[in-house]
Amino acid sequence: MSVKKLSVPELVGRALEGDRRAIGRLLTLIERGGEPADEITDLTHPATNGAHVVGITGAPGAGKSTLTGQLIRHLPTLGLKPAVLAVDPSSPLTGGAILGDRVRMDDVAGDGGFIRSVATRGHAGGLALSVPGSVRAFDACGFDPVLIETVGVGQVEVDVAGAADTTVVVVNPGWGDAVQANKAGLLEVADVFVINKADREGANDTRRDLELMLDLSHVSGHEDGTGYRPPILMTTATDGSGVEAMWEAVTAHRTHLEATGSLERRRAARFRYEVASRLTTRMERSITRSVDGLTPDGRSPATVAADLAADLLA
Amino acid sequence: MAIESTDTEQPTIRVVLAKLGLDGHDRGIKVVARILRDAGMEVIYLGLRQTTASIVAAAEEEDADAIGLSMHNAGHLALAPSMLAALDDADLDIPLIIGGIIPEADIPVLKDAGIAAILGPGAPAEEVVAAVRGAVAARA
Repeated sequence: MSVKKLSVPELVGRALEGDRRAIGRLLTLIERGGEPADEITDLTHPATNGAHVVGITGAPGAGKSTLTGQLIRHLPTLGLKPAVLAVDPSSPLTGGAILGDRVRMDDVAGDGGFIRSVATRGHAGGLALSVPGSVRAFDACGFDPVLIETVGVGQVEVDVAGAADTTVVVVNPGWGDAVQANKAGLLEVADVFVINKADREGANDTRRDLELMLDLSHVSGHEDGTGYRPPILMTTATDGSGVEAMWEAVTAHRTHLEATGSLERRRAARFRYEVASRLTTRMERSITRSVDGLTPDGRSPATVAADLAADLLA
Repeated sequence: MAIESTDTEQPTIRVVLAKLGLDGHDRGIKVVARILRDAGMEVIYLGLRQTTASIVAAAEEEDADAIGLSMHNAGHLALAPSMLAALDDADLDIPLIIGGIIPEADIPVLKDAGIAAILGPGAPAEEVVAAVRGAVAARA
């Protein structure tokens, strides 16, 4: 029987039992949003087990997909059952997308793990709006860890840090110098640094620049209050070297989060963030409705907005 | 054009594209991927050297609405039915579309076997998009 014909509670029931087609369908409904997605959120929330959520981010071509592919080959050997959300951008013009991350993850699909390609569908920030819901569904279906691979990001798309317990930032030799390393943004959210393509020239220079940047976090007092210093790992994703050590660093971060109570704080912050983002989505719909058909009437835009705000928030 | 964050009214079509077996000619499938992207679809591109098992797994995990296989190695009369059988074994009711170098005489054979649409070399973009939309609509 086609999973398309199942009701949402039936579908969630099948997914929680491990039916892969049901899980695939569930993720589609979550991505589409609206009421079915909210119902799924309500049904999967009580079934979550607290899976370790790991974000993998970095510039386009840094090697995120290949590293993720190596991880999902490695993790089952440790007795883990990983799921991956691989995010790629949607076209702002047509809404279409080419989701090509699986190309770098061949031979692993169906091997106990689960890979889902996700399009951003108009959402900026490096992730899709549906990501928290999909992470929750994977967690409820018994996957742990859940890896989130972001779109190729620039300097400011740091949504993943709010969605993950541990954020891995992937850079490459020759990516920039010490000044780049101290700019605000992406590098500030790293819990683990990975210098991928470490077989290339300049890997040690990149390491030095990152170490120096971390030293300055200490000088300015902006380091994590728990004394955690993000480690810097070297990998060559194409042959898998360094991947085991990278995962050890990721689990060490998780252990640190648990030992210091930071995990609870991060997850509470994530909860607040998701509630806020759901509220924002609802408000945006109300705003779109209330400005629909507005015509200039001589009043200033500020006045019109203030009047409408009074109505909206009443 | 603004993209809505919810698309429950007009669901986005998700298509898995792959090359099955030993067949390195991937120029055509890349063109098709681009055509479908520009038609607003989400293309899950698996690339070269896939197996029926890897395509089935991807179709399940990605909840694909259609599967497109590109065939340029003259193996279509063996490979296309084996893909259909694999989908059947997995109880997946997903239309299978093939494209590539398919001789005229083989087209009725493949259609009878259950291939939803067959696209030859040089098929215009409109034909490619219509074939996918039509195949998806027929199973809905």
